[in-house]
Amino acid sequence: MSADASTPSRQPISGKALARARMRASLARNWREFRTQRDGMLGLIVLIFFVLLALTAPLYIHPDAFDVAQATGPSMAPPSLEFPLGTDENGLSLLPQVIWGSRTSLLVGFAATVISMLIGASVGIASGHFRGWGGATLERLTDWFLVIPFLPLVIVLATVLGRSLINVIIVIGITSWPGTARLVRAQTLTAETRPYVDRAKALGGGDWHVMSRHVLPNVMPLVMANTVLTVAIAILSETTLSFLGLGVPFAISWGSLIEGAFAHGAISAGAWWYLLPPGICVILVVLAFTLVGRALETVMNPRLRER
Amino acid sequence: MTVADPAAAALAEATQGRRPSGGMLRYTVRRVLTALGTVVFVIVVNFVLFRLLPGDPIGLYTRGRNVSAQQLVKLREQLNRPFLEQFLTYIRNPFSSTLSSTKYNQPVWDVIYPHIWPTVLLLGVSTILSTVIGIWLGIRSGWGRGTRFDQVTTGWTLILYAMPEFWLGMLLLLVFTGGTLAIPDLFPVNGMVTPGVDTSTPAGWLDVAWHLVLPATTLTLAYLAEYSLVMRSSLLDELGEDYLVTARAKGLRDAQVRRRHAVPNALLPTVTLIFLNIGFIVSGAITVETVYSWPGLGLLSYDALRGPDVPLLQALFLLFSLSVVLFNVIADVLYAVLDPRVRT
Repeated sequence: MSADASTPSRQPISGKALARARMRASLARNWREFRTQRDGMLGLIVLIFFVLLALTAPLYIHPDAFDVAQATGPSMAPPSLEFPLGTDENGLSLLPQVIWGSRTSLLVGFAATVISMLIGASVGIASGHFRGWGGATLERLTDWFLVIPFLPLVIVLATVLGRSLINVIIVIGITSWPGTARLVRAQTLTAETRPYVDRAKALGGGDWHVMSRHVLPNVMPLVMANTVLTVAIAILSETTLSFLGLGVPFAISWGSLIEGAFAHGAISAGAWWYLLPPGICVILVVLAFTLVGRALETVMNPRLRER
Repeated sequence: MTVADPAAAALAEATQGRRPSGGMLRYTVRRVLTALGTVVFVIVVNFVLFRLLPGDPIGLYTRGRNVSAQQLVKLREQLNRPFLEQFLTYIRNPFSSTLSSTKYNQPVWDVIYPHIWPTVLLLGVSTILSTVIGIWLGIRSGWGRGTRFDQVTTGWTLILYAMPEFWLGMLLLLVFTGGTLAIPDLFPVNGMVTPGVDTSTPAGWLDVAWHLVLPATTLTLAYLAEYSLVMRSSLLDELGEDYLVTARAKGLRDAQVRRRHAVPNALLPTVTLIFLNIGFIVSGAITVETVYSWPGLGLLSYDALRGPDVPLLQALFLLFSLSVVLFNVIADVLYAVLDPRVRT
């Protein structure tokens, strides 16, 4: 790689080591930049809090807390010392359910985003790299998927595939990639006009080499910022699916808690303690992801720095 | 917030070496042809997806209906015909043919038709309101970047953006109709008209408007966030431009620079977004209509989903997709009218 040519006089450093050192330096630089973003740091702290909450939940919540047969409280009781967030229609305490709900919501959000990013980045790079019918087909495909309305498609797919954790993840993953693909494609087109890509091609670099070694590193920052924003959308999608009764079966998530509040008359009963906490958790997490994503965009894209 | 930017796409295309061939008409024709391609894709997807459903298709299509043995044989025979032939039958008339709602036992189109206007009313009102308020907020906060107004507006729009719209709807219901805070009978809990009220009289319209307040407020709040954020950021994009410096140097007052020079340019992406979104909020209304039992396409989708009433779901999916395609074409053409640069 070009790295070898730039350090001829010193002890020969392998290209890989140099690349790694550069990446570390650029990460450190980006992190310093990110730390100056107040909103982004706030979002990051909120995210770390919720991830820790989700990971440690099994340590202090016993599965019995969700067993209707062992419910101890009265039905739909307002918050008290014994039940800090009140109880649901079965008399189960809501606090452990809200905490437990973070597990499903975050898991689905992260996993669906991984699928979405893999599809979006590969389709985007390929459709930008390959001229001719291959790229054109991928571009059309992206446009078509962009047009199909998100929620109806999710509903149809969820109905067709059936309900399970994996299916919910797949459904959200394969419906949320076209936006990323489009963004990545535009960035790929820009990257491919650079002289070093021509040089790589002239030296005999194949499609795969150009895409993986030159284009990918170029679009990576964009993909990263976009990933964080996609997680937010995926979590909202999971909430909506659960609300419509298409979520992960028998799992507690924030969406299923909101659905529970809706289905069991929490509104007419004035049971705000049933409705508010899961919704506020969704807002906090989605907002945190949005803030981190915007801060990342600012760090990666100096043009936005002024905002 | 992955907003597709047609201008950037057009520029990228131009760098690929395509020559701009000019002409509004040619551009429009090309967009319409592309849209027709999309329509074919949507119909194919709709046809194929519902043939992937697990279980006995006849059972799914006839659930809950009295179907004679003869009809069953006929249906089964239809499904045993070659795939291509079935497809041709389907595309000839996607809204009728053998498709009959299993729940309502009527042709799907007859079921769908009365639900269209409530949705158009609800979405029309909330789109207009969210557009006007969103753009106004975006302009004010973008122009006065960093002011108290900007900070408060941006903060709240981000929170609204992160809010599931059905949760917001339930929250409004809780505040205005349930619980101890509520003023009794200030707003109705659900539906579109009070039973027994004739909607063709002025009193009937008032009744509908009264029912419309909460659902329309919910959707307006849910969607103005995005418009405001996009308007703000596209106005910020314009702030550094030379022509604004020129306008100021001419001695124009601040308000004139804003209204005559900055805002018209910054409006472009927002206007496209609004039209792109109209297609999407048609489907976004599913949850809000459910919360308020608003008798539109969204509530119908929810009912179809609960069945599941497969033929109805299929027809609704097709209708939603086609409306998105339609509004996409409008958005593309409108963008070209407003911004000659994209007419490539």
